[in-house]
Amino acid sequence: MNKEFSVVGTKVIREDGVDKVTGHAKFADDYKFDGMLHSVMLRISEAHAKINSIDFSEIENNQSLFSIITSADIPGAKKVGMIKNDQPIFCDEKVVTPGDVLAMLVGESEYELRTLLKKIKVDYTPLPILNDPKKSLDKDAILIHPETGTNLICHHPLRKGDLEKGFAESDDILEQTYTTQLIEHGYIEPEAVIAIPLGSSQGVKVIGSIQNPFTTRRFVANVLDLPLSKVRIVQAHLGGSFGGKDDTMCVLSARAAVAAMKTNRPVKIRYTREESILESYKRHPYILNYKIGYAKNGKIKAMKIDILADGGAYVSMSPFVTWRTVVQATGPYEIENVHTDVRAVYTNNPYTGAMRGFGSPQPIFAQESLMDEIAARLHITPDEIRRINGLKVGSITATGQTLKDHEVNLVRVLDVACGNTDFITKWKKNKNEKTHIAALDFKSPVLKESQFIKPGNLIKKGIGLAVSFRGCSLGAEGVDAASAYLSIQNDGSVYLDCGLAENGQGLRTTYSIIASEVLGITTDKIIYLELDTGITSDGGPTVASRGTIMGGGAVKKAAEILLERLEKFVKDEFKLGEDDFVSFRENLVFSRRKGLISKFPEVCKLAFLKGVSLASIGWYKSPNVHWDEKFGQGDAYFTYVYGCQVAEVSVNIATGEVYIDKVTAVHDPGKVINRLGAEGQVYGGVTQGAGYGIFEEVTTDKGFIRELNFDTYTIPTSKDIDEIKPIFIEGKDSYGPWGGKSLGEPTLELTAAAISNAVSNALGKRFFNLPLNLEEVLLSKKLRPADTKRGSLL
Amino acid sequence: MIEIKFILNKKHVSAKIESNIRLIDLLRDKFNLTGTKEGCGVGECGACTVLMNGRAVNSCLVLAAQADESDIVTIEGISNGDVLNPLQKNFLSHGAVQCGFCTPGMVLSASALLDQNPNPSEEEIKESIAGNLCRCTGYKQIIDAVKETAKELNQK
Repeated sequence: MNKEFSVVGTKVIREDGVDKVTGHAKFADDYKFDGMLHSVMLRISEAHAKINSIDFSEIENNQSLFSIITSADIPGAKKVGMIKNDQPIFCDEKVVTPGDVLAMLVGESEYELRTLLKKIKVDYTPLPILNDPKKSLDKDAILIHPETGTNLICHHPLRKGDLEKGFAESDDILEQTYTTQLIEHGYIEPEAVIAIPLGSSQGVKVIGSIQNPFTTRRFVANVLDLPLSKVRIVQAHLGGSFGGKDDTMCVLSARAAVAAMKTNRPVKIRYTREESILESYKRHPYILNYKIGYAKNGKIKAMKIDILADGGAYVSMSPFVTWRTVVQATGPYEIENVHTDVRAVYTNNPYTGAMRGFGSPQPIFAQESLMDEIAARLHITPDEIRRINGLKVGSITATGQTLKDHEVNLVRVLDVACGNTDFITKWKKNKNEKTHIAALDFKSPVLKESQFIKPGNLIKKGIGLAVSFRGCSLGAEGVDAASAYLSIQNDGSVYLDCGLAENGQGLRTTYSIIASEVLGITTDKIIYLELDTGITSDGGPTVASRGTIMGGGAVKKAAEILLERLEKFVKDEFKLGEDDFVSFRENLVFSRRKGLISKFPEVCKLAFLKGVSLASIGWYKSPNVHWDEKFGQGDAYFTYVYGCQVAEVSVNIATGEVYIDKVTAVHDPGKVINRLGAEGQVYGGVTQGAGYGIFEEVTTDKGFIRELNFDTYTIPTSKDIDEIKPIFIEGKDSYGPWGGKSLGEPTLELTAAAISNAVSNALGKRFFNLPLNLEEVLLSKKLRPADTKRGSLL
Repeated sequence: MIEIKFILNKKHVSAKIESNIRLIDLLRDKFNLTGTKEGCGVGECGACTVLMNGRAVNSCLVLAAQADESDIVTIEGISNGDVLNPLQKNFLSHGAVQCGFCTPGMVLSASALLDQNPNPSEEEIKESIAGNLCRCTGYKQIIDAVKETAKELNQK
């Protein structure tokens, strides 16, 4: 493919950029409507309790109250869920986690409504609390949802080859346990939504900070018992999501819609940061047991993996998150004998669901730590062990899938990353500089002189790497197709819309670039329409890094349909010979023989006057994949991307502080369409991954979150990482627009593992528990505050 | 209710307000300047940053009454009509905007820096926006945009 691109791969300014830098872009909470009511949520300070009664009598006649919204006001489904309907819109029978909402008050003033909450009397019986996922499957464990008969949310087994034979052929066997922590998405915009009643013939319209409008529509329609066509979801500019404004926003939208239908007034819900962190779902904490057998030559012979994920109080996306884990749990290595079990269980903890990475950052931390440990035992470098076992074209994955139809660039990204960072030299040098952190003896805390750290020895340097492969889009999770709508006006300006929703990452800009490339027009001719489920056709959710490969594929098709139509029209209209060739470039129209023959707007006007349709819908459906549930075998995803990140760190051996000097991120996302956006994905993803690696953690006490705002839940600031260097290897692929695939999640999933390996390189000891905060680095354990119930909003 | 008078985006304005409302509420609810965003309400995220007498402040931590007799600039007042401020232009050309929720606060913090220190070092730029959280960009393209703006201003 030697196509020369005019827009694709260049630096294009965001189509919504001017509105965002001037403050004109409207986010959900910026919308106001005549007669709009506000709302507040009723919760109790319990993680698990049976609700006996709720007494509103003291507030019923209060002037500040317009209406009380309870489960009795719901005409349709009272419980909802992404995969299983286990989450009540209003928990008036039982609460199973502290974020649960019992009822909602609506009125003119949010401030006044909050004062009323304290006057509601809730009579409840506390139930035993289950916080430890390791105890969820015990015979005597209390059931979070007794009607299901078990706390097991899902179990994904995978069986490949003969495990016993593999271990028998091994020269050494290594067994380790890793844990990863609960973390928060940390989008800067808290949740907000407004529901507007449209009357009985039209239903309801919802405007909100919604990640996936079509998913939200399904929830709201179920809850209101309305046909999908009577629920219109409009996406406001979205202030970050990272997978986090899906279930939560579906539930909030449903509550607002129920209230709007009951009161016949627009109703807004907007959350404070504390409510956002309290109620929204998080990234799953994992406990990962790995047993690996390998030969003296470095070849891995067998891998037995047992993973337990804390799903918290609701199923949410746990079955799909853990499914990606089972597919990718071995890492990007070809291993003959694999035996994997991944389970997710219920607890009374905050529920967990989709977050950028989606079941990959956890196993990558484990498997990439193990690869470094095996390399150390074999006295080879970290890159060597990965080269020996890494996936290549024709390799067979743990699920039995043969990698073909695309460049399998794992070893290439590894080589480029090592070459670019002088990895091997630095790794060996750091390793040979002996340090030890004095083991603190708490019984006699006075250090001996030999334990003193000399000022010049305070900072130790470390370098580490991690590699991954990642299946693009949904894979065998479900049907995978996307749509796009393109309409050329008779002056040559263009409307573009796609069924996938902008999440802030720049998807609309990427789509504008694709349409402009195909039609030979400049991107300023394209107006991107807001996503309205009443106008746009369903293109599936913006998840799984599927924006470019799926939505981009649909936009390209829509544009190609119109291009073909215009080419034919121009040939007829300008009486060009059959063997002539029409091309569109920079808003001009050329014939190969005659040169410049017209301008794009003129051709569009002529076509319009001759009755040629200039609107099209592009549809892109992924190739079929398949999956065998019993053995975890099949072609899990239709294509994959590959990445390698190298982290260079400075570790303060007196305080345990890790400072990130540089992360070199080498990714093969396929063809880069939107260069500024792609670089932005790397900078942002690495930074989020670094926060996961070294300090972010939501800790809970009996289900109650301690870190309810950014004063205690710290995310990286401008001062926490020094340098990030993105390098793209644009591997060829037969899928996606010009082979453009996925990047958003790969950038994040590797960083924590690379940092952990770098800190190990600096200190000569290994780490098994994320995050590598001060005490983990220094003491190899977490220090937890003993104090209790913070985290209650009441 | 108290009456306050102040300069808002170069115009003299007045408002009758309750004494307990915050500057962010005044700007968003009474003046409809919704470019000022609320992300945390406790002065940690910086999304509500505005300029108060030339200094970047968290408008969620300032009482509206404190705006009396002051000069307030919000994101809506930083450009010259339709002509973008050089910082806004460079934010766009450097890809410093993703979801855009932190952007108004970021631009105003950087603007306060460049007003006081036209030739900042990279460390000074990082320090000036350290109170503005961004979850999308990893800050790199924002820092580059501020650096480039300083360079342009010094060439003039």
